[in-house]
Amino acid sequence: MTNATDALTLTGIWKRFPGVVANSNVNLTVRSGAVHAIVGENGAGKSTLMKILYGMQKPDDGTISISGETVIFNSPSDAIDHGVGMVHQHFMLAENFTVLENIILGSEPKQGLRLDLGAARLRLEDLARRYSLQVPFDSFVSDLGVGDRQRIEILKVLYRGAQILILDEPTAVLVPQEVDELFAALRDLRAEGITIIFISHKLDEVLEIADEITVMRAGTTVASIDPKSQSVTAGQLAELMVGSELPSPTTSGNTVRPEVVLAAANLTVANRDGKHVVDGVSFTIHSGEILGIAGVEGNGQAEIVDALLGVVPTSGNLSFLTEEISQWPTRKRREHGMAFIPEDRSRQGLLLDAPLWENRMLGHQSVAPNGGGFLIDPHGAKTDTERIVREYDVRTPSIEVSASALSGGNQQKLIVGREMSGEPKLLIAAHPTRGVDVGAQAAIWDHLRNARAAGLAVLLISADLDELIGLSDTIAVLLRGKFVATVDPHNVTPAILGSAMTGAGVSA
Amino acid sequence: MKLLRKIGESLLAPALALAFALVVTSAILAAFGANVITVFTQMWDYGSQASAIALILNLMTTYYLSAVAVAIGFKMNLFNIGVNGQYLVGGMVAAAVAGHMSLPGYLAIPITILVAMAVAALWAGIAGWLKVSRGVSEVISTIMLNYIAIGVISYLIVRTNIGEAVAFNVRGTRTIPLSGQMPGFTLPGADTPVYGFIFIAIAVGIGYWFLLNRTRFGFDLRASGMSPSAALASGVNSKKMALYAMLLSGAIAGLVALPDLLGSSHSYTLSFPTGYGFTGIAIALIGRNNPIGIAFGALLWSFLDVSSQQLDLIGVPQEIVTILQGVTVLAVVVAYELVRRNKVKAGQRSVGLALANQEAGA
Amino acid sequence: MRKLNLPRILLLVSGGILLLSLARLLAHTDDLTSTGTMSAAFGAAVPIGLAGLAGLWSERAGVVNIGLEGMMILGTFGAGWVGWQYGAWAALGIAIVFGAIGGLLLAIATVTFGVDQIVAGTAINILGLGLTQFLAKLLFTTAPGGGATQSPPIFGTLPHFTLSAIADPLTTVQNKNWFLVSDIAGIISGFFYQLSILTVITAALFGLTKWILWHTAFGLRLRSAGENPWAAESLGVKVNSYKYLAVTISGALSGLAGAYLAIVATGVYRGGQTAGRGFIGLATMIFGNWMPGGTAAGATIFGYIDTLQLRDDANIRGLVLFGAILILLISVYLFRSGRRNSGFAFGLFAIVMGTAFLVSKSFPPEVAQVAPYLTTLVVLATAAQRLRPPSADGIPYRKGESH
Repeated sequence: MTNATDALTLTGIWKRFPGVVANSNVNLTVRSGAVHAIVGENGAGKSTLMKILYGMQKPDDGTISISGETVIFNSPSDAIDHGVGMVHQHFMLAENFTVLENIILGSEPKQGLRLDLGAARLRLEDLARRYSLQVPFDSFVSDLGVGDRQRIEILKVLYRGAQILILDEPTAVLVPQEVDELFAALRDLRAEGITIIFISHKLDEVLEIADEITVMRAGTTVASIDPKSQSVTAGQLAELMVGSELPSPTTSGNTVRPEVVLAAANLTVANRDGKHVVDGVSFTIHSGEILGIAGVEGNGQAEIVDALLGVVPTSGNLSFLTEEISQWPTRKRREHGMAFIPEDRSRQGLLLDAPLWENRMLGHQSVAPNGGGFLIDPHGAKTDTERIVREYDVRTPSIEVSASALSGGNQQKLIVGREMSGEPKLLIAAHPTRGVDVGAQAAIWDHLRNARAAGLAVLLISADLDELIGLSDTIAVLLRGKFVATVDPHNVTPAILGSAMTGAGVSA
Repeated sequence: MKLLRKIGESLLAPALALAFALVVTSAILAAFGANVITVFTQMWDYGSQASAIALILNLMTTYYLSAVAVAIGFKMNLFNIGVNGQYLVGGMVAAAVAGHMSLPGYLAIPITILVAMAVAALWAGIAGWLKVSRGVSEVISTIMLNYIAIGVISYLIVRTNIGEAVAFNVRGTRTIPLSGQMPGFTLPGADTPVYGFIFIAIAVGIGYWFLLNRTRFGFDLRASGMSPSAALASGVNSKKMALYAMLLSGAIAGLVALPDLLGSSHSYTLSFPTGYGFTGIAIALIGRNNPIGIAFGALLWSFLDVSSQQLDLIGVPQEIVTILQGVTVLAVVVAYELVRRNKVKAGQRSVGLALANQEAGA
Repeated sequence: MRKLNLPRILLLVSGGILLLSLARLLAHTDDLTSTGTMSAAFGAAVPIGLAGLAGLWSERAGVVNIGLEGMMILGTFGAGWVGWQYGAWAALGIAIVFGAIGGLLLAIATVTFGVDQIVAGTAINILGLGLTQFLAKLLFTTAPGGGATQSPPIFGTLPHFTLSAIADPLTTVQNKNWFLVSDIAGIISGFFYQLSILTVITAALFGLTKWILWHTAFGLRLRSAGENPWAAESLGVKVNSYKYLAVTISGALSGLAGAYLAIVATGVYRGGQTAGRGFIGLATMIFGNWMPGGTAAGATIFGYIDTLQLRDDANIRGLVLFGAILILLISVYLFRSGRRNSGFAFGLFAIVMGTAFLVSKSFPPEVAQVAPYLTTLVVLATAAQRLRPPSADGIPYRKGESH
């Protein structure tokens, strides 16, 4: 039922790409001046829908109407003209430009040919004050942190007169305190009649802020909920999102053995400006143990991984299977049994233009079955790739296709299979199920559990608290490069963990 | 069957590019009043004679080596534009050394080759070191080294006694004695021999293929070119890799002067051809850094260069061929990019389709 | 981030002039900063500076333009082709057009077809060289005063003038050979002596570039294409249009550089007259941290070195001494900032140069010949790591692609 007071309505939206239907028959009604959440798992079609909403893509079928009037967006400028503003998950900011320049780009106020920065500044200062979105306008973006950057993104769309804001996973990179600041700003915006579309998969936050909720699954909308009139729990939402109960990883039994596989003492990594992004970190991982590292992205997790791999200069002691390895090059560490599932598979884990069997060799090109010493053995690699494809259910017609042709989930399965081969002693798993569909996720957890039982030591870094709690034997909380707490997963909840991650302390 | 289709696919882009270039060149010829058909038949007639074929093979040998040198760098996304300077210094020093040696051939020739490779590798190594230690773009540094090489060589030949009078009014390195020269073989009906160095070039081609596809170093090289971050995580030391790649590229570049030096001129003079490096870049681009593709490219280029020498006689500047070559290079790189994008899309589509079929049948 | 501010720049410049003065004194030569020398230096700086500016326009929009040399060659050829029949101004116009066409080709290859920028630029260099060689042979061999690799002399010249009011008194001061004062006088009077209108135009272009790129909306959008094209696209900026424009302007500027070489510097088109200046221009752009002011400064330095070939032995000795001291200072700086290996290498180089100065009475002409290229290497080796190119420079961009 479309209402003239509805800010935005989508009717029967379809979008197809070669080989996949991203959106099928999506229907959405957003009331004016409301905070409307769209929830769904990865691959549910949310991002495609967003691209359609802000003009980056055109739907194959269906209509968009704003305040009752049907509109067609040929580009983001059209959407902006109609008052629709997108706040991206991955910030789109020019590092070497100032905040002011970033905001006015594309809608610059001019005096003849000259840029008129003064006028823009006045307007922005007013907006920032009204909606609690203060930022230093003359600083370079490269000097600013995550919270400021998000505020810049919001100001960008408000400056262009947006009446409908779309926020894509806005809290993914925020610490709980910053989330509170954001929600305060959202409430200010709502109070002035601005409509907000909030895309997320963090259900507790959604329940906290949303006035209306739409659930998406497998490319279509499956439910529309008004949390005020129907009381709904996060669990019920989750069920709607996945169509059944959420699988939760649970590890049974204690498989921790006495041998220490990895011992780090006083590990410190400095960045280009001399700041200690990893600051005197110490930990041990035994055979058969999974050490989970909890922490908001950007607190030093990536650098700990780099330190263990040996790709950044590190100070401190690092011993692997009783040998001191701080001076070892990466190649040597990997040859001795250090396996690595990278956080960003297309950047660190795959050669996208190479066939699967060559990707099988990546990271292991100096050991069997890929080779040994000077030469490599394509035949051995190919045979073993077939095995991995079988055992890890990698969906591909052959091992000769390029890695880029596979879906993200299958790429990840290949990587997991590759890294678990060859009997590694230590597995560094950074967000191992990120971007992977639910079925594949469960399979990867199974593989991890089995390997753990067989004696593998695992360093697990994850933003998925359920994954972290479910799989780890011990969890260390990382904040600003230091371990601030160590918790026992058996008696901790996401809430406790979350407050530890922000420095509020652990209440056992 | 699949292999045939693969070959066909890889030939499609350069064939189309060549056709396009022929059209453009014909248009230019016609615009300046030349008879296009006459020009091309003249070139073919001359080029298919035995003597011309010998010249073609000799030139092809030189071009092939130059292109392989460039391709090694390309595989790692390093642009070694300095092959010119590298082969000139390598060639000059090797010629000077060879001129002073009186060892038997089976010793003299390998020593000459090694000297050329070592000196050229060192020259390339300067650019490599600048890149890994100071972050200087190898594109600019190798080009600068080209010009510096010319100055250094000119100084050594003209103002020191490395150069001596080797002919009337010509200064060059001491003439290489017969024992240090490389014998060739003569095709029936030809009046110039084909350089024996052609066999070494073939060996280099095979070695190049083997290095890239069957050794760990080659895998590391290609991985670094495809994704430096992935290669780093897999244990490749990117700085060492860049340096080794430049050194190897330079070493092969050092061979470029030797076919001529050991096979016909026997002395390095200031009139030694100085453009083989750029030709190598063009051929490497056309052959897409593939040992067989480069061979085809080298053959095409040398055919064009030799068969066009006659054109001045019929009033057409032989440089028309350089236009043809230049347009081909530009057209080829565009064509390759289009083909590559198509392949990625097609690959994703075919995988999606194949999987759908699998699931339907399963 | 921006650590080089005005006081620091002035300090560096004064230090440089002081050093030059010292070298002049120690080497017993008086020509290092004479009016004639400086005039020639500024003249030589023009094509290098224009090439650097051309590179700047292109790279600020995110496209690396390695084809500057080829576009410059096209410019020299165009000037030679039209110049002998239609005069210097026509030559100037055609040179710019030819260069712009080269730029357009690069834009089509890289922006529309997505070819690797360096590969495309190299292809343009090859094509430019081949095309001009062919056409020169075809058109100039039978033309009066021409030859297979050279055009007939260009008819007429572009105006040049001497600002006597400034040049004359300062030249008198310069001739007195007083320490430092005369050097500064020589530098200033040199600029206004035999000043070509093209030099004035070039200086104006530098100023215009600064204003356009940093004070207009057009410039902001163009720079955004080189900093974060995906962000710009999301804000409705037509990134590809700006890249096209920037690269074509880049070609036009390269053509202008060629025009200077053909019309002002030599009066003919001659094969090989660009001599790598396109690449030296890129080096000056890097030296100038992708800013017009820095590029102009770098061009002046490189122009000065370029004129070395015209100087006599005593001056070359003086400059070798200057170079030796400078490199020694750089080596000390490197040691102090912890870069031992590089510091050592530079130190070695300085010692070699210093020894050469002390030992030899004269240097072979090849030294002057390779000086510009060697200087480029030294400059890049010193400066390359502390610089900030545009963030998305050289990175392929496709419309609509998620980043």
